[in-house]
Parts: sequence; C-alpha cells; structure tokens
Amino acid sequence: MSLTEKIRNGDSRAVAKLITMVENDFQNAQPFLKELHQYCGKAIVVGITGPPGSGKSTITDKLTKHLRKMNKKVGIIAIDPSSPFSGGAILGDRIRMQDLTTDKDVFIRSVGARGHLGGLSRSTQAVVKIMDAMGKDFIFIETVGVGQSEIDVIKVSDVVLLVVMPGMGDDIQVIKAGIMEIGDIFVVNKSDRDGSDKLIAEIEMMLHLIEKEEKWHPPILKTVGTENIGIDVLWKEVEKCTDYLKESGEMFLRRKNRTRKEIFDLFQESWREMFFQFISEERLEKEVERVLKQNDNPYNAVKKLSAIFKENLFKEGE
Amino acid sequence: MKKSRIRVLVAKPGLDGHDRGAKVIARALRDAGMEVIYTGLRQTPEQIIEAAIQEDVNVIGLSILSGAHMYIFPKIIKMLEERKMTDIMVIAGGIIPIEDISELKKMGIKEIFTPGTDTKKIVKFIKTNVAVA
Repeated sequence: MSLTEKIRNGDSRAVAKLITMVENDFQNAQPFLKELHQYCGKAIVVGITGPPGSGKSTITDKLTKHLRKMNKKVGIIAIDPSSPFSGGAILGDRIRMQDLTTDKDVFIRSVGARGHLGGLSRSTQAVVKIMDAMGKDFIFIETVGVGQSEIDVIKVSDVVLLVVMPGMGDDIQVIKAGIMEIGDIFVVNKSDRDGSDKLIAEIEMMLHLIEKEEKWHPPILKTVGTENIGIDVLWKEVEKCTDYLKESGEMFLRRKNRTRKEIFDLFQESWREMFFQFISEERLEKEVERVLKQNDNPYNAVKKLSAIFKENLFKEGE
Repeated sequence: MKKSRIRVLVAKPGLDGHDRGAKVIARALRDAGMEVIYTGLRQTPEQIIEAAIQEDVNVIGLSILSGAHMYIFPKIIKMLEERKMTDIMVIAGGIIPIEDISELKKMGIKEIFTPGTDTKKIVKFIKTNVAVA
C-alpha cells in the first residue's frame, strides 16, 4: 500500500510520517500532497485562538469530547512557539488532552512554530490537508498564545473561536484592532472568575462599534473549560455559525481566499528556494558586508542580486 | 531546504506526581534545539505509544520515580516491538537502582540517567545516537 493510500485509510503512522516530511522537507512531501489534494475540502476547520493561558487547549479537549459523543472524527493541530535562539520548543498542549490520546478517531499533532510569525507554523495548511484527507470531520487548529496581531488563523480556518478570560487588562485592550476583530464566536473562559461580566459587556460594546456588512453577529459565550461548563452551548453556536457561513456564501469566499493564499505562498516559497539555488551564500554575504560598511545600500544590493537571479533563471530556461 | 529537528517525547508513566526532573530535562533539550513533546503526569503505556506514533518522535524519554520501572518499562518496550517501532530510541531517568540498570538495558532501553546527571550529557547522548536527515 502506498503512503497516500495508508493515509486515506486513516493509518496514524503514515499520517505522522508525512506531517514530519512536510515540516522538514516540503519539496519531497509535495508529490504526496498533490495526490491527497483531491480528497480534501470535506472537513470543517475550526481555528481556536486567544492569549496564552486563556484555555485554548482545555476548550479544544472538551469540544473534541463533545464531538466524539456524536461519533465525529477529529484532528487537532496544536501549535506552540519555538525558541528564537535554539530553534527548540516545548510542546505541551497534550497535557490537557491526555484522555484523547488513545481514541483512534482522534489524531493530535503538536507543532513548533519554527520561526513563523502570525500564530501558526509554515506547515499548518499542509497538515490540515493531510488530516482532511485521512477523513476527519472536524479539524481544530489551536494557535500559539497570541497577543494582538497574530491573525493568520483566519486564513486557514472556516470558523474562528477567540478564547479570552477575565483580568487581562483594561478595557482599551478590547478595542484595539487586530485579534479582537477576527472572532466569529467569542468565548469568555474561566467565567467563574471575577470580571467576566464586565469583559462580556466590553466585548459587546466593541462589537457594536465594528461596522460589518455581514449578518452574523458574533455571540459571546461563557465557559468554564475545566468543569466542562458551557461546552454544549458553545458547540451549538459553532454549528449555527457554520450553517450561516455556508448559506450566505461566506464559507465559499473564505475558502477561495485560502486557496489564493495557498497558491501565493507556494509561489513565494518556490522563488525563495530558487534564490538560494542561484545566489551563493558568499555572494549574499558580500553584499551584506558592503551595506554594513556603508559602501552600498540595500536597495542597490537587491538590484544587483536580482540581476544575477534573472541571468540564472534564463540560463535554466534554455 | 531541509530543516529537520530531533523530536523527543518526554513521558511520565506510573503514579508518582513529581515532574520537576522531567521538566528540567525538557527545558535542556529545548535549549539544545530539539522539539520536546511533554504529555504530563500519569501516562499509561498505551498513551505513551500512541502519542509517540502521532508525534512521530525520534526519542522517548521516560521519567519515573515511583519504583514501578521493572513493571512499566518492559510493557512499553514490548508494545514498541509489537508495533514495529523499534526505530524509536528509548532512554530513561529517575530513581532507578543500579542493580536494575543492566537488566533494563538488556531489555532495550538505550541508556539510563540517574539523578545528578549533567543535562549536557543527555543532550550529547541523544545527538550522537539519533540521526535526522
């Protein structure tokens, strides 16, 4: 059986191996992704984002258990930050998902962001594809703990849940642009703590201030993840939201944007590879030195490197 | 461009509730550029194996303080053999009496690090024994 056939059969080792390949050596993984692409597009992708410690892993765990009662198959991509110095990472999201580990219809993969900004890893979209092709009904993407502008999750998800908790700062934080604008559903987790009603009022106010053309008004829901409180209501809202997105055509638009972004990203990546293929490290270093010593400026450097790039490109074309 | 990283599952099987040591190791491996998947306390052998599969790790590091290592470790090794996952290197640490070490090694645990081991030694051991493309 080929690797892709195994993946289609839900073989978790095959899935895990291809994910590793995607992360380490994307060029070699591409032929497999090509084959799998035709089976993708069935899973609903749910992005779960929010600040560190707000309860994203716990909410993911509880929603997954809820879905398992309905016999839905679930994939989870749990992203944690990589060290900018060593490149290493401690991936600890599984701690909150221990009971899911031995459920054969749940596949969890912890992923290091590996220097990618925006709350995801560079490989996230491809990992979504692999889990989609293996037959998952729902795929959760749990982002790194985000601050104010890591909003890449909207570019790969159908629906986005923003998990917040009381006591994270004054109300001006809520009206800042960025992260607070991307939630389709707001989850006020740890709502047994002081300040949750105030936080809800603040989010409500912010939502009234945003003028959106869409008819969907993001609901704000209270949960206590650790106690499993509010999880069923939350899932009902996710369903309502996906229904709305499908009927209104918004889901189609989002997926269209996602596809556009994917093509653009792949294009960018292949040119990046070519850059390093055509321009030697020494050549690049030479320009870096010149600019550093004020013998030249970066704009001229790019012009010079582009000339080398083009020359090589034409040579390759001959 | 290839950007491989050594992936290590740090697991705590058995019933003891202290993971300070496991966390120190996790941190040291992270600082050595590895991706460490930490799964928390009280893991069953089944959970450890399944997590190792899904995370596609190169190394499983078992930490145990409870004294149940002669019961739990063989189970884990046997399960790895049954599932043809012997390409994963297993190392262990914690409170393990010297007289048990040689038997555990014979069983297939590649190395055992007792309390007081310099974390650099563990990092070096992993890097020497794991080849990633």
